[in-house]
Amino acid sequence: MTEWEMVVGLEVHCELATATKLFCACPNAFGDEPNTNVCPVCLGLPGSLPVLNRHAVELAMRVGLALHCSVEPSIFHRKNYFYPDMPKDYQISQYDEPLNVGGRLDLPDGTRVGVTRAHLEEDTGKTTHVGGGGGRIHGADHSLVDYNRAGVPLVEIVSEPDIRSAEQAKAYVNELRAILVAIGASDARMEEGSLRIDANVSMRRAGAEVYGTRAEIKNLNSVRSLGRALEYEVRRQVGRLEAGEAVVQETRHWNEDEGRTSSMRSKEEAYDYRYFPEPDLVALAPSAEWLAGVRAVLPVLPSERRVDLARVAGVAETDAAVAAVVQQGLDGLVTAAVGAGADGRLALNRAANELAHATPPDAGAFAKVLRMEADGRLTATQAKGVLAELVSAGGDPEAIAAAKGFEALEGDVVAGAVDAAIAAHPGEWERYAGGEAKLAGFFVGKVMAATAGKADGKAVTALLRERLAGR
Amino acid sequence: MALISRDDVAHVARLARLDLTEAELDQFAGQLAAVLEHAADVAALDTAGVPPTAHPFELVNVLRDDVAGPCLDRDEVLAMAPAAEDGRFRVPRILGEAP
Repeated sequence: MTEWEMVVGLEVHCELATATKLFCACPNAFGDEPNTNVCPVCLGLPGSLPVLNRHAVELAMRVGLALHCSVEPSIFHRKNYFYPDMPKDYQISQYDEPLNVGGRLDLPDGTRVGVTRAHLEEDTGKTTHVGGGGGRIHGADHSLVDYNRAGVPLVEIVSEPDIRSAEQAKAYVNELRAILVAIGASDARMEEGSLRIDANVSMRRAGAEVYGTRAEIKNLNSVRSLGRALEYEVRRQVGRLEAGEAVVQETRHWNEDEGRTSSMRSKEEAYDYRYFPEPDLVALAPSAEWLAGVRAVLPVLPSERRVDLARVAGVAETDAAVAAVVQQGLDGLVTAAVGAGADGRLALNRAANELAHATPPDAGAFAKVLRMEADGRLTATQAKGVLAELVSAGGDPEAIAAAKGFEALEGDVVAGAVDAAIAAHPGEWERYAGGEAKLAGFFVGKVMAATAGKADGKAVTALLRERLAGR
Repeated sequence: MALISRDDVAHVARLARLDLTEAELDQFAGQLAAVLEHAADVAALDTAGVPPTAHPFELVNVLRDDVAGPCLDRDEVLAMAPAAEDGRFRVPRILGEAP
């Protein structure tokens, strides 16, 4: 029997970082007193008319361009449904003619996920359920609604079903967040609901052409939840399929505390929303000039920064340290350090592992520590110690090393300590010479003790081999 | 031939939360069929080369600047609602998750 293959497509809803809502001048702000950012337009009062926010359109265009989409003429539709989170009883969205179509997202591991579309729509209000257990709808007595979020601009980014693992799904969301923040489209804070994910998941036999029946998973409020929910859903669907049962096409709710998904309702057919063109808004048709203006303010994207950094450091673009350094925004520092004579590989590794979550040090000082390490004047452990001091207190690396007593030992001091260790432990030396390689560690330990940890472990090992060869 | 069945009318009525009687279903099926028939006259025209249009105006890109304006007073807003609680609109028990 062939293995099961997971097929995942993600819908990511991202709140745009505008000052005001999509169709009215109410502030777009998180955490304000309920129902203080509302007006006749976002409350759906009779006679009010929507007017599109130019900046929201430009941010959505940035998203499209950054995802290599084609930015197209588009129109808005009404999506009709009855639910108290939208006082109009419809949501203004884009349906069959969205703003951005046909893009892609390249992940740090070298894989590529297609982007079907990225369209503009308005967010809904926030409902709170009262009287049930834990704020759930089930068992609730009544609900309370805050319309501050109703009408906040969203971009919904829909991926192709190109994702094949929970790890890849998490990498996709992390990369997308990095792009959204880099281009200034959103703060992409999942804990504030600025970024929300729905996952379409199905299973099929590896090598099969046809997709299986999918379930849509909602309420994924963190990248971690996404990974856990996908892993759970794979077990659930494979369990059903192997028992000869069908997977039902439905929407499922992820419960973070219970670590499982549960059925919400059968997915309504698209026509049940009775989409029709929004008569109160005219078409959006970005001119070539407008598009060029938006393109001109786009910063260098994370994927391009990885390519540049890998070239500077002389390593593969898919190197894990390259992704980590770009993610931490340390690519400028590493590039400058390499320019100042530091080794690329060493600069990447030390930046990725020793400088994460720290205020980056001066590039010249960083390069100096790396050169001291490469020259053998500092051991790896000593270099990390100097970097830690450099980050926390600053200063000159030479002075820090001297203050810590890290002055390099003369080669003959180390050699003397090696010879003394051999002389003091003839039994161990014979066994080492007889092929017990792990005893190298014993002698390194003795030399370290004799030199108060100042000897370079690698140099000691090399000396031991030399002595062995010279027997 | 009827362009819209009685079942179609019942389905659309349910989506719009309209509670129609049996007699009304028959009545509206007939009326809506007449409307659709009238609209179907367009199909008789040669529209090859006529681009689809979503709006009667040729105007595009009607936009406003991203500048905040005044909002309504919350007390005034909530006074319009049948019920309010804790600065929020109070609504009856919801039976399912959001669409």
